[in-house]
Amino acid sequence: MTHSDTPVLELNGIKKTFMISQGLMKGTKPLYALNDISVQLNKGEVLGIVGESGCGKSTLAKILLGLMEPTSGEVLIDGQSLKGHKQLDISRRVQPIFQDPYSSLNPRKRIGDIISLPLRVHGIGDPAEHERKVIEILDLVGLPKRVLNNYPNQMSGGQRQRVAIARALIMKPEIVICDEPTSALDVSVQSQILNLLMDLKDELQLTYLFISHDLSVVEHLADRVIVMYLGRICEQAPPDRIFDEPRHPYTEALLGSVLTPEPGQGVPDTNLGASYPNPINPPSGCRFHPRCAKAMDICKSNAPMLQQINRSKVECHLYE
Amino acid sequence: MTDVTHSIEEEDFGPSPREILKKSILAHRSLLLGFGAIVIIVLAALLAPVLAPHDPYLQDLSIRFTPPVWQDGGSWEHILGTDHLGRDYLSRLLYGARISLTIGIGAVLISGTIGTTLGVCAGYFGGRVDMVVNYLITVRLSMPVVLVALAIVAIFGGSLNIVIMVLGFLLWDRFAVVMRSSTMQVRNMDYVQSAQAVGCSTLRIVLTEIMPNIMNNLIVVATLEMAHAILLEAGLSFLGLGVQPPLPSWGLMVAEGKEMLFFEPWLIMIPGAALFILILSINLMGDGVRDVTAPAGKN
Ligand SMILES: Nc1ncnc2c1ncn2[C@@H]1O[C@H](COP(=O)(O)OP(=O)(O)OP(=O)(O)O)[C@@H](O)[C@H]1O
Ligand code: SF4
Ligand SMILES: [Mg+2]
Repeated sequence: MTHSDTPVLELNGIKKTFMISQGLMKGTKPLYALNDISVQLNKGEVLGIVGESGCGKSTLAKILLGLMEPTSGEVLIDGQSLKGHKQLDISRRVQPIFQDPYSSLNPRKRIGDIISLPLRVHGIGDPAEHERKVIEILDLVGLPKRVLNNYPNQMSGGQRQRVAIARALIMKPEIVICDEPTSALDVSVQSQILNLLMDLKDELQLTYLFISHDLSVVEHLADRVIVMYLGRICEQAPPDRIFDEPRHPYTEALLGSVLTPEPGQGVPDTNLGASYPNPINPPSGCRFHPRCAKAMDICKSNAPMLQQINRSKVECHLYE
Repeated sequence: MTDVTHSIEEEDFGPSPREILKKSILAHRSLLLGFGAIVIIVLAALLAPVLAPHDPYLQDLSIRFTPPVWQDGGSWEHILGTDHLGRDYLSRLLYGARISLTIGIGAVLISGTIGTTLGVCAGYFGGRVDMVVNYLITVRLSMPVVLVALAIVAIFGGSLNIVIMVLGFLLWDRFAVVMRSSTMQVRNMDYVQSAQAVGCSTLRIVLTEIMPNIMNNLIVVATLEMAHAILLEAGLSFLGLGVQPPLPSWGLMVAEGKEMLFFEPWLIMIPGAALFILILSINLMGDGVRDVTAPAGKN
């Protein structure tokens, strides 16, 4: 897996704040879903993003897709700000694959129409060419031509996810944002879809942002892994570093929970004492301190700074 | 990386949604019954000029209050008898179907357009738009339909068009409420986000991703509101404030027959029964549509 170091996608200090209503007459409170996130995605690489439910992974994906405006910070594609771009420009280059293939395909549309929609919206080619391209991409994702006239409810979860992949790839985007693309699928088809995604990446020279709450999924795919907690990046490193030498106590805890009997249930909190904090009232100092086994006094009051240790970047007082 | 993952086994796909729908429609007896009755009434209305044995407006005082054929003194000349002006009751009933259906369809077209637009906008955009629409719905619900309709008709006078407009502008609330909540549900589906990520315009998303998925609810509300409008018109006409004579609305026929309630009860029973059957079959059909398109049978 080779990739250059030119960033195709860059996030600089992204913040996203939701104002959450506290009920009638009680006003609103800010929820910092993303708190100062900076990431680079290089051409041809697979960047894994891992973290518990609610840490802001999908919010990040939506911002990258242009579906949501960040509260502050900027998104750059090929060094150009996303702000000036129209949604149509963005969608040529960035496409999503969502988690739940039961919700991502319109039940009233035929598979052929679902897959050809991007071509029609962007006015690429005539109907005959649409059909040709759809059949071509169906073959690429391993679906027979005869599904063209089927409806989503006639297909299994794995088949649906293949349709969703075909739709995302038909316009040959550069960047594909996979938001937990396998966690809604049967265990038996998960690896099929993962292998398919990896094969397609090589064939079409794609760049992936791969979101998962399961470190073990990311281990085999990613060139780089980002561990997120409560809207912040707590550790960023190549997967071998993450697995062999996790630095951040949260990464360690995540690793400890990889071998759970039931994947897809989120991260069990067996080795994390307290439960996931309320994002509207995040803990002071290091946001992880109420659950951290190695918490020190300073952790309660001061937020840690980002440290570079060899090939890892860590945000933790242990390394200061 | 092997190539095995590139092909799936040749599986059989399940039946298509159309086939499933067809099967459940054919298995739903009350839906078929209601639908059949409506088809008959619509046909009768459309073919009234052909089917009606007499001119519905032709008066002949010498034969007034001829009873229907199954009573003493009835004749096949006037199968359902004649009214207080000697007009053929069957002919008036057939033409009356036209009036009732026109009012039902016209009112639902107006109220459905208003309510669906408001509801879909509220459900899709949320936030302030939703607040405004909710306010409008509340305002509308605070106005008693019958009183407002009576007042407007009393001011502007009753006529077919005014009755349709008044009912159309008063009965949109249920459309708005139901379309709002269905749109909210569908809006959260990933396929809407996927369409946004593809670059679809909002209008396109509403028309091709949202509408087809809330159409079943729209049909159910439309049938119920159509029955509602027809009944309200009958009520207004009964009070003398709906469609004006000599138009043969079924409600008006009941009103005109009410003076003879004790002497010639069939004058009321015939149009009353026609109204009852129409409303019942519209409701049967609405319930049936709801049953066969309920999500349980889907994906
Ligand atoms: N539209 C929104 N309005 C208000 N709050 C939101 C909105 N979207 C997300 N949030 C909040 O932002 C936080 C991050 O949500 P997000 O969906 O990004 O998490 P996630 O990491 O994708 O979780 P999951 O693994 O469950 O998908 C959550 O606390 C969520 O409640
Ligand atoms: S800063 Fe302190 S509380 Fe936070 S992860 Fe490091 S040791 Fe734990
Ligand atoms: Mg998510």
